[in-house]
Amino acid sequence: MSTPITLSERTGGMSSLGGKVRHLLHTLLQEVAVPLLGIGVFLLVWGMTANRIDTSLGKFPGPGVVWEQAQNLVVEYREELVKEEEFHVRQAERNAERLAADPTYDAKVRAYTGKVTFPSQIYTSLVTVLSGFAVALVLALPLGIAIGLSKTLNSAFNPIIQIFKPVSPLAWLPLVTLVVSAVYTSDDPALSKSYINSLLTVALCSIWPIVINTAVGVASIPQDWVNVSRVLRLSPLTHVRKIVLPAAVPMIFTGMRLSLGVAWMVLIAAEMLAQNPGLGKFVWDEFQNGSTNSMGRIMVAILTIGLIGYLLDRTMLQLQRALSWDKASASR
Amino acid sequence: MTTRRHFTFAASAMAFAITCATHASAQEIGPPEKEELTLGFIKLTDMAPLAIAYEKGYFEDEGLYVTLEPQANWKVLLDGVVDGRLDGSHMLAGQPLASAIGYGVSAEIVTTFTMSINGMGVTVANEVWEGMKEHVPVGSDGMPVHPISASALKPVVEEMTAGGKPFTMGMVFPVSTHNYILRYWLAAGGIHPGYYDPANGETLGQIDADVLLNVVPPPQMPATMEAGTIYGYCVGEPWNQQAVFKGIGLPVITSDRIYAHHADKVFGVTKEFAEQNPNTTARLTRALIRAAMWLDAESNANRLEGSEIISQSNYVGADLDVIKNSMTGIYEYEKGDVRDAPDFNMFFRDRASYPYYSDGVWYLTQMRRWGQIAEDKPDAWYDEMAKQAYRADIYQIAAQSLIADGLATAADFPDFATETGYHPPSSAFIDGVEYDGRKPNDYIDSLTLGLKAGETP
Repeated sequence: MSTPITLSERTGGMSSLGGKVRHLLHTLLQEVAVPLLGIGVFLLVWGMTANRIDTSLGKFPGPGVVWEQAQNLVVEYREELVKEEEFHVRQAERNAERLAADPTYDAKVRAYTGKVTFPSQIYTSLVTVLSGFAVALVLALPLGIAIGLSKTLNSAFNPIIQIFKPVSPLAWLPLVTLVVSAVYTSDDPALSKSYINSLLTVALCSIWPIVINTAVGVASIPQDWVNVSRVLRLSPLTHVRKIVLPAAVPMIFTGMRLSLGVAWMVLIAAEMLAQNPGLGKFVWDEFQNGSTNSMGRIMVAILTIGLIGYLLDRTMLQLQRALSWDKASASR
Repeated sequence: MTTRRHFTFAASAMAFAITCATHASAQEIGPPEKEELTLGFIKLTDMAPLAIAYEKGYFEDEGLYVTLEPQANWKVLLDGVVDGRLDGSHMLAGQPLASAIGYGVSAEIVTTFTMSINGMGVTVANEVWEGMKEHVPVGSDGMPVHPISASALKPVVEEMTAGGKPFTMGMVFPVSTHNYILRYWLAAGGIHPGYYDPANGETLGQIDADVLLNVVPPPQMPATMEAGTIYGYCVGEPWNQQAVFKGIGLPVITSDRIYAHHADKVFGVTKEFAEQNPNTTARLTRALIRAAMWLDAESNANRLEGSEIISQSNYVGADLDVIKNSMTGIYEYEKGDVRDAPDFNMFFRDRASYPYYSDGVWYLTQMRRWGQIAEDKPDAWYDEMAKQAYRADIYQIAAQSLIADGLATAADFPDFATETGYHPPSSAFIDGVEYDGRKPNDYIDSLTLGLKAGETP
């Protein structure tokens, strides 16, 4: 892409300006107009096909209907905010009344008990995926490094990893649910069981790509660098910190990006299956409602899920760029 | 096991006697022991008392902060109540009874409030109706004469079975009111719905069956029939009306024409919860009674508003047009064949919300009839089990305190001084067989299909 500039710069002033303009136009075309055209064609095809699909709940929602439902969801959210405020006013009055009658009463401020809104479902899903991912990271990084450093450990763990890696975490879900119900018992739990279930399911699927990629990254450090570390007589911990980790960062991030992508997909499915709060539950509830608006609302959720997945991936990429010594690795 | 049951029964009978003595006049119910509650429901119009109690502030009036949570199916819901994820829930009338007799669930569940009377329909797919139609008599107005007997379905079933395709229908849960009502209708038309034999591991209820009944969660009924997995189903609303709306099938009979005035849904909590939180339980019952009163006030005047409330996506969520049919007292059979059905859903009038023991005994007789209860039990056992599951004593406390607060009048409720909890004998069934709740064994023997005294599956 930079070739025209260098060429025109060599050939002199006047054409250099023309070249710059041409380059700008080219960039605009490539990075703005073409993607816009792509989206436009997609919307057109979508709208036309949607119109031809008749379901028992009416026509498949086209872009217009989906936009309408997206606005509806925002309106519902605003209405719920008003109701929430009224709820708190009523609660404060009731608490004051109770306190007047019984000064020992423990007047708690309870969270709003009304309808779960779309934005709060998004928030729940995001928190769950990120915390599940964090748990996986804490477990997978040390394991991956250890396996990468030691051939013996690698041979010991490899069969186990290879067997568990292809298992869909959804297969684990029933077991996770049963174990959590049995082990996590408390009268006033700080974290709900459904949250722990989703979190563990996400962690179970995120671990493997991180372990494998970290191990590969660590194992493929150039021998020269290991020799330098030997010459300097670095302690094992410093060796890991100063040589191994920086060298393996690109591969570690590749694993993390893979993991996060899979984790997001799995979480939505797990929420649908286990009826845990989040975007997946939103989709399932709307499916069960079977109203004429349901399909449009499900499409809104699908687009939201896609957009968030994209943003998560971009964020990881930026992180990788910021933390990696080899800036080129991030473009892979 | 039995000794413990006898003991608990004796204890609860004593408690009942004591409450009767001390609560001859209403006493003030103390503050709730537990203020934050999560209650479960299934997306069905008969969950309305819960939604109304929430939206009209009746729960908050009792100092209760209630979160209502839809559940995927009756099994998930039941597990939620048993393991404490849910404090209480919309339930099938048979669920507390099944827990009392130890069928399929370990914890004891009690009900203090009958959430709805009547309210189910039997729907068949369009092609099944085509086959049935010629066997249904037509009235002078050119419309099919109701109630439609399952004998019209019999030739269709026989034809399909002869062609090597088993005839399958959906119901919502093994101990669901829908299972027993559907079985009653089929049996009354000469179609065998199949026996259960839990002792030998047969819990599908398909021994000797002409029609195979499968469990399908209520909101998935239309989609499952559309997919061709089942040819018909028995479920609550709006899932029958939705079949008409979607054009995939039609209801052929409503449950009040199979057994008039039958209990359908109840509000259930674990016995442990009711014992540890007596004030909360009574207050929940108060709020629900007020909601039921609102729903039936002034001959259904509030029903349209009620339909609007439950059509919100966080409650039932189906289209208002679909929900308001049955809720406002009309019912659409074939497209355009709209008939009056004022008693399709009853929440309060005719003592609808009082947990009658005879309603419980009827379901127990059906469990015996189809083999879920594998052996003969004395009449006293039926009475004992019904009283264990149906806690009319707690209902009475709630009702009397509402009367004392001026929120209801004594005329709204049964006369608690003389009420026995047994309806007088009735023969308001599609086959006209008389049912007397005090003589369950005689009743079981008087039914045509099904197990009789001394028989096992």
